[in-house]
Amino acid sequence: MSQKSKKVVCHISLKDGVLDPQGVTIRNALAQLGFDDVVEVRSGKVFELTFKPDVTNDVRAKSEEICRRVLANPVIETFGVEES
Amino acid sequence: MRFGVVTFPGSNCDYDSYMVIKDQLRKDVEFIWHKDSDVSGFDCIILPGGFSYGDYLRTGAIARYSPVMGSVIEYANNGGLVIGICNGFQILLESGLLPGAMLRNRSLQFICKHVYLRCDNNETPFSNRLNVGDVLKIPIAHTDGNYYWYQADVQELERYRQVVFRYCTPTGEVTDKANPNGSANNIAGICNKTRNVFGMMPHPERASEALLGSADGLGIFQSIVAYAASGVTA
Repeated sequence: MSQKSKKVVCHISLKDGVLDPQGVTIRNALAQLGFDDVVEVRSGKVFELTFKPDVTNDVRAKSEEICRRVLANPVIETFGVEES
Repeated sequence: MRFGVVTFPGSNCDYDSYMVIKDQLRKDVEFIWHKDSDVSGFDCIILPGGFSYGDYLRTGAIARYSPVMGSVIEYANNGGLVIGICNGFQILLESGLLPGAMLRNRSLQFICKHVYLRCDNNETPFSNRLNVGDVLKIPIAHTDGNYYWYQADVQELERYRQVVFRYCTPTGEVTDKANPNGSANNIAGICNKTRNVFGMMPHPERASEALLGSADGLGIFQSIVAYAASGVTA
């Protein structure tokens, strides 16, 4: 029986209060299209990490470290990880 | 005096910086490849502008982990002079050698034009040939130059007089209209507390001879030379 590779999804988003010019522009476009119920859009990034099937480390802890050191800039961004 | 200019994949102002040092200052200069990890023997290291690693992930985020940066960080922590221009500034922020981060320009546009900068601190190795209040005409060329840090931390930058240049009007007034990208406190260039690491978004290497429309950037490079000649370490 082959082992399934392990996947982790990392969500990166701007911290509250940090200006998101892309989000503002998208919100304005939505309003123009008639989606005027949307009061705010915050943009972010999603990364899908695929680990070796035989990975022995704690995948969640490893992913959080990857987010902290590389995928997110802690000055302006927060992150969340999700094992799937 | 010997300068080193780091070339990352995607750097595009490395030759401009090299030529200013060689032809305008007539000092020794060498390229340092991003895979090299020996930065000994240099009196100043330049991290040039460009789009290192295609600006993937975030500007400067991948370059920060390239082999050469480990050595540059060590060099800076030992008091070595490091100047980061545009993408070089972004790399310094990502590496933690300078505080804060860059957000997208508030206009969302790539902006490429001459802007005016006011010198606010001339007691650094990078500005000692200027006077406080001098207005320099130097071009910017960036999409992510909107300097951001928490309000209290920006106040600390001000308290330690780490803001070296601010965007201003041609007559030196620091106004919101003169701020091309939305930077906190019109910040265009900052140094660290110990003054040996400096980053700026505008490109002094593109404004170091009159033929290019302005030679105002030369004073920054001349300051580095004057500082090194004085023999004082940062």
